[in-house]
Amino acid sequence: MTQTQTDQPFDQLPGDLMMWILIVSELLVFGAGLLAFMAVRVTDPAGFALAQDQLHRSAAGINTVVLVTSGYLAARAVGYANAGRIAATRWALLAAGGLGMVFLGIKFTEYAEKAALGIRPETHPFYTFYYLLTGFHAAHVIAGLVIFALLALRPTPRNLQVGAAFWHMVDLVWVLLFPVIYLLR
Amino acid sequence: MKYQTQKIALVYFVVAMALFAVQVSLGLLMGYVYVDGNFLVDLMPFNILRMLHTNSLIVWLLLGFFGAAYYLIPEESEREIHSTKLAYLQLAILVLGTAGVVVTYTFNLFEGNFFLGKEGREFLEQPRWVKAGIVVAALIFLYNISMTVLAGKKTAISNILLLGLWLLALLFLFAFVNPANLALDKMYWWFVIHLWVEGVWELVLAAILAFLMLKLTGVDREVVEKWLYVIVATALFSGILGTGHHFLWIGTPGYWQWIGSVFSTLEIVPFFAMMAFAFIMVWKGRRDHPNKAALLWALGCAVLAFFGAGVWGFLHTLHGVNYYTHGTQITAAHGHLAFYGAYVCINLAIISYAMPVLLGRDPYNQVLNMASFWLMSGGMVFMTFTLTFAGTVQTHLQRVMGMGFMEVQDQLWIFYAMRFGSGVAVVLGALLFIYSILVPRGEIVKPGPVERDRLTRDADHVVAE
Repeated sequence: MTQTQTDQPFDQLPGDLMMWILIVSELLVFGAGLLAFMAVRVTDPAGFALAQDQLHRSAAGINTVVLVTSGYLAARAVGYANAGRIAATRWALLAAGGLGMVFLGIKFTEYAEKAALGIRPETHPFYTFYYLLTGFHAAHVIAGLVIFALLALRPTPRNLQVGAAFWHMVDLVWVLLFPVIYLLR
Repeated sequence: MKYQTQKIALVYFVVAMALFAVQVSLGLLMGYVYVDGNFLVDLMPFNILRMLHTNSLIVWLLLGFFGAAYYLIPEESEREIHSTKLAYLQLAILVLGTAGVVVTYTFNLFEGNFFLGKEGREFLEQPRWVKAGIVVAALIFLYNISMTVLAGKKTAISNILLLGLWLLALLFLFAFVNPANLALDKMYWWFVIHLWVEGVWELVLAAILAFLMLKLTGVDREVVEKWLYVIVATALFSGILGTGHHFLWIGTPGYWQWIGSVFSTLEIVPFFAMMAFAFIMVWKGRRDHPNKAALLWALGCAVLAFFGAGVWGFLHTLHGVNYYTHGTQITAAHGHLAFYGAYVCINLAIISYAMPVLLGRDPYNQVLNMASFWLMSGGMVFMTFTLTFAGTVQTHLQRVMGMGFMEVQDQLWIFYAMRFGSGVAVVLGALLFIYSILVPRGEIVKPGPVERDRLTRDADHVVAE
């Protein structure tokens, strides 16, 4: 039937169509969040710069390296799964997940520090976006860790492709958030 | 009709249509209150009329969903409904509860009584015994349907429908939370009504639409299911946090402004997907199903839901816009077309599809039904435009220029008069629909020579079951 022809481009996507729908949706949400951040920033550049100076840039820089490395390990896990090396797949997943935990550790230390200073989402528009965007992202890191656990239980090549695609999205979002929120002057 | 227990749907649909007639008639009365402010003021104050109008809407739509489930679950699971008695008991409880609510609103006989009296709320206002009855009825329904599905074939359509109906019942539990704080009261109200209409009801809607597309167009189930999953995923992704767009400017924390704006903007996606789905299925479909009225309602549903829920929703969903439009006639415009397009139309679509089968009438009385579609939908679209213009003027005069509320209402009279006219069309359309479903029998339109010739040559023409 004609349907099979029109569905072909979707069938060529690695993993599962639903994961790609999710990834596109997530990118739309974070993209819209970043656009809104930039738009509001225009109304108060000095206030945003002042608020940004309170952030821990080096910690976030380390976190970037941590997360990208974790993404690399997740990609290796896909390779191992394709080669049928189950034990290696699980070790790579464990390492990727471990780095995810490190990321969260650093992130929550940062949140605790801000909370101790009395900085809350209502303190300044900059912090509304800071907490919303990095908070949503951290929630996705937690979701990624759950996915890694599920992948370790059922390490088929297809599952690995789907899970790793999600983790790369989490990676990508952080790589976009980091310069815009922490570095942009 | 393949399964005897599908007959249960008949009674549900009839009760639903009766309440539908009551609901639109009350709407017409309210439309006249907008034209003449003192109309019925001693007999039925506006707030009572509005409670009856909105609550009867919700109840008849739910009855329609229940009827749809009783109709399509046997076909999907390929077995009879678990218990016919329970299904009728459920309906009896719901009808008794509805009568109780109407009596309590209208006569207020049990003021202050914990179980029998009103709760003093603007919305979710049912006496506690009715709320408890709704929960019992929902439990009976879920038990009955779940037992049927568990024992039979599990399809994507029945799974999604069941998921939607389970979540629908669970979310109603928030109706029991009645905080004294007005902002919190509204927050819990949205936990019910938003997560219903912009969350789990969309699952029910998509499942019914998928069932209709499957039957009416004959497209492969595999294709329908893929679309169904995409629609459901995008609906839940955008709809759950989209609740935030109701928390703009009602006293909830400021971060909801961005959560609400961003996620609710994406709520247009599942409605667009539904519209694309319906039209692509019809284009690809190989079946020439004789029930064109059901197809018209299904396509009308997809289009009007996209405009009413999607476009008119987006119109005032960004918090910067909503700061000015909150609670104006813009909201009323959106509310009317969204409920009509998404949930009224899907109910009328499944009723149009199922009733001829349930009544054993074949072929279908198409012309009157299709005329009612155009009359009702035309009226509703016109109403949406008049209310949108009224809302625009109101926003400017009241929120920008700072004029008083009643002073502004005087300026809007012409729009309200036109809205009343469109309301007449909607009520006539609704009555015509009900008449066309229940009364005429065996109106056979014989195909003319050109059509007959086409049908004999068309290899893809399949006579429907």
